[in-house]
Amino acid sequence: MSRRTLGRATLGLLAVAIAVVWAFPVYWMALSAVTPSARLRATTPTFWPNSSSTWANFSAVLDGSGFGGALRMSLSVTLVTVVAVLAFAFLAALAISRWRFRGRAAFVLTVLFVQMLPAEGLFIAQYKMLAGAQLLNTVIGVSVLYTAAVVPFTVWMLRGFVAGVPADLEEAAMVDGLSRTQAFLRITFPLLAPGLVASGVYAFLQAWNEFTVALVALPAESAQTLPLWLRSFLAASANRGVDWGQVMAASTLIAVPVIVFFLIVQGRMTSGLVSGAVKG
Amino acid sequence: MTHDVALDGPTRTEQATTPPAIRHRRTPATPYLLLIPTLAVLLLGLGYPLYWQVITSFQEYGLAQQFGQPPTWVGLDNYARIFTDDALWAVVVRSIAFCLVNAFVTVGLGLAFALLMRAVHPVIRVVLQVALLLAWAMPMVAAVTVWKWLFDYRTGVINWLLVQLGFSDFAGHAWLSQPLSFFFVATVIIVWMSVPFVALSIYAGLTQVPDEVLEAANLDGARPHQVLRHILLPMIRPVISIVLLLQIIWDLRVFAQIRLLQDAGAPVSETNLLGNFIFELGIGRQDFAGAAAVSIFVLLLTVALSWPYVRSLIKEDAA
Repeated sequence: MSRRTLGRATLGLLAVAIAVVWAFPVYWMALSAVTPSARLRATTPTFWPNSSSTWANFSAVLDGSGFGGALRMSLSVTLVTVVAVLAFAFLAALAISRWRFRGRAAFVLTVLFVQMLPAEGLFIAQYKMLAGAQLLNTVIGVSVLYTAAVVPFTVWMLRGFVAGVPADLEEAAMVDGLSRTQAFLRITFPLLAPGLVASGVYAFLQAWNEFTVALVALPAESAQTLPLWLRSFLAASANRGVDWGQVMAASTLIAVPVIVFFLIVQGRMTSGLVSGAVKG
Repeated sequence: MTHDVALDGPTRTEQATTPPAIRHRRTPATPYLLLIPTLAVLLLGLGYPLYWQVITSFQEYGLAQQFGQPPTWVGLDNYARIFTDDALWAVVVRSIAFCLVNAFVTVGLGLAFALLMRAVHPVIRVVLQVALLLAWAMPMVAAVTVWKWLFDYRTGVINWLLVQLGFSDFAGHAWLSQPLSFFFVATVIIVWMSVPFVALSIYAGLTQVPDEVLEAANLDGARPHQVLRHILLPMIRPVISIVLLLQIIWDLRVFAQIRLLQDAGAPVSETNLLGNFIFELGIGRQDFAGAAAVSIFVLLLTVALSWPYVRSLIKEDAA
């Protein structure tokens, strides 16, 4: 083997080793979720699934208290957020990419700037605001905060997609006798669908995973989202020696929809993230 | 509300300057109407809280005010009180150190991984990319939970592995009970979660380098490290500076990971970062004015750090 091939082989091995290390926690979560709790308590770990693998941890989590309620809460909050974010961001993106108007630059600047505001610097005021409006522990209260946090980036993302559909196409359709609205709905809207899907998934990921705002805005146990529920599930389990099998089954249940959605849109998001701003 | 003002203002001024025939086309109301929902939710969710926080940071706002007594203006008293508190400075120094270490380690590893992806066979590259995507996609709470188990003192894989490697001191070692090893674990988790974004962004930047340039360098007999230093690094410098700045901003506001790790029984006062300090001061001790003052400080710090980035984006938008 020449030095060059040898070097390439070494680099290949190194890359595979890094891949194994990086994916290991995800693998370990999934493996532990199907491992009986008794075996997890052994001081020597087992690294492969075998005949004792079981779905018992999943059924224990699903039958146990709290998961169903937290799932409903997470689904409601996420649904409201995704719908509001898509509607609002779409209209705003349309405004800034199809019209030149006074205040446009100021709006674009605001959208960029707002993304720099750290949630960790605002949660005290957000808590006081929701408490004052009797909106603590409500879907509406937390959805308003999520929507405000997510909408700037989606405006930025959709703006690129709207700008990518040439206005000439619409004008041609209008020459052919369609009204402006008809032209928009029949020509432009279908071409924007991929952008809307990508932004919708982005909003979904944010709302589904959010922890900090939920921690302050949803203090009641009955109003927990899945991330909050997972935390209290772990804490409750810690008192009697953590049942890691169930905790990992719960983590897997929360992670799987995210991983699936993420893998679908990540290509689009990576390019949007570099030109846009905020991380998932 | 403020956006009404924005609606009226331009229409009036433009009426004065534009000839009547074009006026209608030049100043349509439609774009302003389209912006209303977004502006309204931004004002409600971020604008008003920011306003409340600024106001409250200049007021006395404690338990008495919680029970309805009107807050009184105290000027810069809260800032004076907070900034003469040694506890805050300990947290500030810790946060900045933690932020810089995490940001530089993340970007360093991200750059190394991106260069590695460029050098290896396409199949291996895809394997590495999929592994990175899995880590990137993990929800934060689930990720911290998994790592907590990996570092569990009794049945954790990390301690088991270290013992197998001959470091028998690590049998039953409790990582999260000491501040230094607590922050080591936090760094491992944050770097693990952040490297994928950096590595894939820089790799995307590397693929933009034209093949002709690299071929020309090869023909001229450039060695790999020369290609790296004189061609690749200069061309991906903009990407590196943006991801580094983003990492610094994000790592300065780390809150949830620390909070979740503290649940395992860490010494809270010695492991708090700025976000956790605000949380404890406000939600924990009901000192809303003090918490607001610290928040404003964090906001100003973030704005100062991100200003070059905002400016570069504005330039990009204008181009």
